[in-house]
Amino acid sequence: MSTKSMSTQNTTTPEQLIIIGNGMVGHHLVEQLVDNGGLEHYQVTVFGEERHRAYDRVHLSEYFSGRDAESLALCDADYYATSGVELRSGESVIEIDRTTHEVITDQGRYHYDRLVLATGSFPFVPPIPGNDRDGCLVYRTLDDLDAIQAAAENATNGVVVGGGLLGLEAANALRGLNLDTAVVEFASRLMPMQVDSEGGELLREKIESLGVQVLTERATQRIEDGDNSLHRMVFQDEKVLETDLIVFSAGIRPRDQLARACGLEIGERGGIVVDDQCQTSDPAILAIGEVALWNQSIFGLVAPGYQMAKAAFSTLTGGDTHFGGADMSTKLKLLGVDVGSIGDAHGNQNPGARMFRYLDPIKQEYRKLVVSSDGKKLLGAMMVGNNSVYDTLLQYYSNGIELPDESASLILPQSSGGAPILGPGALPETAMICSCHNVTKGDICGTIDAGAVDLGGVKSATKASTGCGGCTALLKSVVDHELEARGVEVDKSICEHFAHTRQELYDIVRVEGIKTFTDLIEKHGNADTHRLGCDICKPAVASILASCFNEPITDAAHIPLQDTNDTFMANIQKNGTYSVVPRVAGGEITPDKLIALGEVAKKYDLYSKVTGGQRIDLFGARLEDLPDIWSELIAAGFETGHAYGKSLRTVKSCVGSTWCRYGVQDSVGMAIWLENRYKGLRSPHKIKFGVSGCTRECAEAQSKDIGIIATENGWNLYVCGNGGMRPRHAELFATDLDDEQLYRTIDRFLMFYVRTADRLQRTSVWRENLDGGLDYLKEVILEDSLGINEELDRQMQTVVDTYQCEWADAISDPEKLKRFRSFVNDDRPDPSIIMTSERGQLRPA
Amino acid sequence: MTATALKKEMDMVDVQNSQAWQKVCSKADLVEFSGVAAWLETTEGPAQVAIFYLPGKGDELYALDHFDPFSNANVIARGIVGDIKGAAVVASPIYKQHFRLDDGQCLEDEEVKLRTWKIAFKGDEVWIEG
Repeated sequence: MSTKSMSTQNTTTPEQLIIIGNGMVGHHLVEQLVDNGGLEHYQVTVFGEERHRAYDRVHLSEYFSGRDAESLALCDADYYATSGVELRSGESVIEIDRTTHEVITDQGRYHYDRLVLATGSFPFVPPIPGNDRDGCLVYRTLDDLDAIQAAAENATNGVVVGGGLLGLEAANALRGLNLDTAVVEFASRLMPMQVDSEGGELLREKIESLGVQVLTERATQRIEDGDNSLHRMVFQDEKVLETDLIVFSAGIRPRDQLARACGLEIGERGGIVVDDQCQTSDPAILAIGEVALWNQSIFGLVAPGYQMAKAAFSTLTGGDTHFGGADMSTKLKLLGVDVGSIGDAHGNQNPGARMFRYLDPIKQEYRKLVVSSDGKKLLGAMMVGNNSVYDTLLQYYSNGIELPDESASLILPQSSGGAPILGPGALPETAMICSCHNVTKGDICGTIDAGAVDLGGVKSATKASTGCGGCTALLKSVVDHELEARGVEVDKSICEHFAHTRQELYDIVRVEGIKTFTDLIEKHGNADTHRLGCDICKPAVASILASCFNEPITDAAHIPLQDTNDTFMANIQKNGTYSVVPRVAGGEITPDKLIALGEVAKKYDLYSKVTGGQRIDLFGARLEDLPDIWSELIAAGFETGHAYGKSLRTVKSCVGSTWCRYGVQDSVGMAIWLENRYKGLRSPHKIKFGVSGCTRECAEAQSKDIGIIATENGWNLYVCGNGGMRPRHAELFATDLDDEQLYRTIDRFLMFYVRTADRLQRTSVWRENLDGGLDYLKEVILEDSLGINEELDRQMQTVVDTYQCEWADAISDPEKLKRFRSFVNDDRPDPSIIMTSERGQLRPA
Repeated sequence: MTATALKKEMDMVDVQNSQAWQKVCSKADLVEFSGVAAWLETTEGPAQVAIFYLPGKGDELYALDHFDPFSNANVIARGIVGDIKGAAVVASPIYKQHFRLDDGQCLEDEEVKLRTWKIAFKGDEVWIEG
């Protein structure tokens, strides 16, 4: 339904509300309207200039590390339509006519009764001659990122102008695009707003150690043609820097042009002047987010923007929620470096403030505490290199909690007597946990009292930690603490047969040496069941037993536990036939083996398809034919590929240095070696590897559970990637490993995963749920912080030493083969399986 | 394989009395705590039957349709046996719906029920009424 020039004479028609801007804050206002009955008052139309509906700009940089526009979107594609809000994406507003109450776009005129400007800001590009050359870009929208990516394809290096928060994010993005990256900052240090000169110096060291060049006190005079690169930047002292790509990130400016043009009051340095109700100088018009100037301040963070959206909602619906300014405390991880800033971090807004500083040049950590003259209140804090005390300090600051006597201990390392972290129990009810969504500890307690029983329940009820995500850890600790305080025991049982998690069952099996499901359920199963188990616990226990003892899964004690795929060691298809995938380690196969595969496929009429894991899948095998098919495959030198198991699948590889002119290591050789080492390892879910012979990454290793990329010096190891339904880029875990270091690290990583993951939990999800995240994983695997590495090594060696091809085992055992009959009393094949022909092969009819 | 021998035994079954009990296989053909499929000739035509053997648990033997109405494939005998909320069940290996072993009732969809047959041991032989 169009709202074009709609009359409001009819009193039953709701008022027309137009929102210009579909960024995070504009979207938040829509959510307020949808969730809190705002649509009863208003017919809402939203204009968004971008093609994409509202997306998460806070995590924009993840666009280059695997997230796409869809996963960054703040709502489902049909959210607006199903909510009854008209979203007009890609339609720019060109004028506001306040006399006729109309918004004019390139497509029409729209009447409004109330108007909200949420137009946000634009990146400031300094007026430098040559700033409009091709390849001079900004970093603000998804389209900007696409442009940067496109420009990077033909570039070897890039420069970011501006060393603030966004500038460093942009630098990280360029680095991620494999460009030699430099940051040029006008001030004398990086992030001048957030850190002081000592913090800035440390930040520079850390960022330079990542290979990013940092140039401070540089004012670019002009940009011209370069000799070796596309551009040459000339600085105030006539020094030059050549680069193929320039990204300007020198601050943001409010997008107040529409407001200026229609005569709304504008601040001296830009921004639409608003009051506590977010009302502009025209009572019919409101402004929120980065375009709004409140008390001479622009708030360039999402949390204050959300608070303004709430205030605007209140104003529009006759409520009394006001915007009263916002805390600009922030913690960030920029280029992997922690930076945190709380309140008056520089200590220059509070006369008489005292400061404590802690600097560890070895660990590269810097912390500063600004306290009141009586030493009782925290006024501000700053941290570089380690944000672990941020949550605690923020609570002291924002709740005015009295500091301990030795307040300096708050920034000392724990080992030297640093004060313990302020526990969730010590926080007052008013403590702000999630400032994006304005959720206090009291709100969280309220939802728990109202029936929320876990973190997920609290999150969906309060939206806490769904904004910038900075409070995730704090929220979890508060929820856990409150649940515990109420005596709530969260049921993590795997199913009704065991009051244990998979991890607990794994420990029981290992510690007690239990070797069969029957034993396990007799000793540890719930007595109020028939102790038969079920399709949840049986395959999970089968997997645990296989990981620990590696007995053939088709042994009599284990066979009833297996899913049909493991039972018949093939993958069931929709018509009850199976597919067969022999192992083709590393994707390398001899012509003779290829012929053998073809002959078997031809003889048994199998549909043949090449898989994504570089092997060949033969479909349509009848149950009773599987033993004969495998006898022939084994005779031709094949072994089982475990395509049916929750186990190692494939190690995909590129052709590597053997053939490729760019390869720096033998990726195929390594892939084959690794595949042979880990084949047969049963795990909580399937495991895929990739090995690339150079940084071109043709094996797509970064989308695998284990990704290995060759370097000049050895191998870089990436972990916990995933393709499929929820793609996730693998994270760099260790660099320049030699062959032995590589497999040792993988041994430990895999065994730790096998030990601690939930059933059917891929490494990517496991990693996302792991308390302490990647850092914790590194401590356990690389530094042996739990002291378990020797044990992990031993366990993996057991699995490697006891490997046997399950199919070879089965075809040598007539008892096992009895299972491969369509009918125990009749040797006819299942007559209901009907095939038809398509493109020269059979497929299910 | 003993398939040929089994075939001969089948031939000896008195098909004139097909509504009465007929022998389908021997105990050695069964898989403990799991299922096998059998081909049954009845007056209403042939049927594929899934036979489950739960030694030491209640009735021990269960016979129900091998045909899975959710996937339209003959696969029920290849499902995992278990107990859910007090009843012995098998989970379809295709889409994982659960069917009660004693009456064939689907737990996820009350309108779906698998056919069942009476089944019993006669010594080491397995007999089905059908």
